[in-house]
Amino acid sequence: MPSLDDLKKRIKSVKSTQKITKAMKMVAAAKLRKAQENAEKGRPYSKKMESIILNLTKSISDPLNAPKLLVGTGNDKTYLCVVITADRGLCGGFNSNICKLAKVNFKKILEEGKDLKIITVGSKGLDQIKRGYGKYVVKKFSFKDKKQISYSEAEMVGKEIINLFNQNQFDKCIIFYNNFKNVITQIPQAEQIIPANSKSIKSKEERSYSFEFEPDEDEILEDLLPRNISTQVFKAFLENAASEQGSRMTAMDNATRNAGDLVDKLTINYNRSRQASITKELIEIISGAESL
Amino acid sequence: MSEQFTVEVISPDRTILKVNAIEVVIPSYEGEIGILKDHIPLITFLRPGLIKIIDETNKILFVEDGTVEFINNNLLILTSTAQEISNFDKASINQLLNEAEKKISNDKITDKEKYLLSYKIETLKNINK
Repeated sequence: MPSLDDLKKRIKSVKSTQKITKAMKMVAAAKLRKAQENAEKGRPYSKKMESIILNLTKSISDPLNAPKLLVGTGNDKTYLCVVITADRGLCGGFNSNICKLAKVNFKKILEEGKDLKIITVGSKGLDQIKRGYGKYVVKKFSFKDKKQISYSEAEMVGKEIINLFNQNQFDKCIIFYNNFKNVITQIPQAEQIIPANSKSIKSKEERSYSFEFEPDEDEILEDLLPRNISTQVFKAFLENAASEQGSRMTAMDNATRNAGDLVDKLTINYNRSRQASITKELIEIISGAESL
Repeated sequence: MSEQFTVEVISPDRTILKVNAIEVVIPSYEGEIGILKDHIPLITFLRPGLIKIIDETNKILFVEDGTVEFINNNLLILTSTAQEISNFDKASINQLLNEAEKKISNDKITDKEKYLLSYKIETLKNINK
């Protein structure tokens, strides 16, 4: 049985933890709004980019000679996995969920006897992946010192991917990130970006226009596809940023509530033991008086 | 009948501009293209240069790269670098200019890069005047 003083100390410490988690929740809520706005603002770009590529691919005259970024190298021996996580912890299952999904995929790839290469973005993901798959990590990015992630960071990652691709270092590229559905639900996602997923380039409208190309299709595609990679990475960044804040907000909300419950429990304990000691003292006094 | 069509300039992080214009001149990779209403569907990409949007306010934007699609009287410009030249100050132009000149003096760059950089320098010099 802890003494009254111990209980008092515990209550105090839990209360101060609660204050911290409450503050973190508030900060996350404010940041979430901003991140959500950013994600929303970024959507038109990737959407329109997709539609342009769709229009272009429809009018490619010679699919056999299409750029490799679009149709792939024809092999599927080496996989490049880009795992995008946060740089900070204390956000619930956010980082672990991405890593879990990634690890399932890693295992599958290795079991099929294929080569694996990993690029990590964000230090938390690296920490988790390093343990089992450290030797496969070829490059790591961390934007810890950046307050807000902008397109130039995404471009950096995108260029690295293209670079490796041009050196024939891999055949397929998959990115892992959390898709922001709403504040409570974030869905970890694996998305293949090289070769461009034929499913995502499915036509919604069948109307086809005869476009004029300036210069020709191939050259435009050559310029556009690398840009599309960066755009997709950027999209993943934005979704991830919103998810991170959402996830942190829920986690901190839970923590605050738990702390509240704990304080209540401890307070009851404290009061009971206080009462018990008073009763004990009273009994001692009374029985002392009786024996006189 | 109105002679206007819509122009959208979108960068990865926001929509920069959405206006109705009478004519837009874009620095396409192989030369400037003027676009009027009812142009045939067009897809092209940009080299460094100026986008001139001719409407009531006449906006001029500096771009370094981008992709353009014109369809159904809707001009879509996707670029990561657009900036209105009225927002430019001399110092930042000079800085960009210096960087570009340093790069172009490097022998290792490809012809394509040289081509793009020379346009960048020329455009920046023109703005500076």
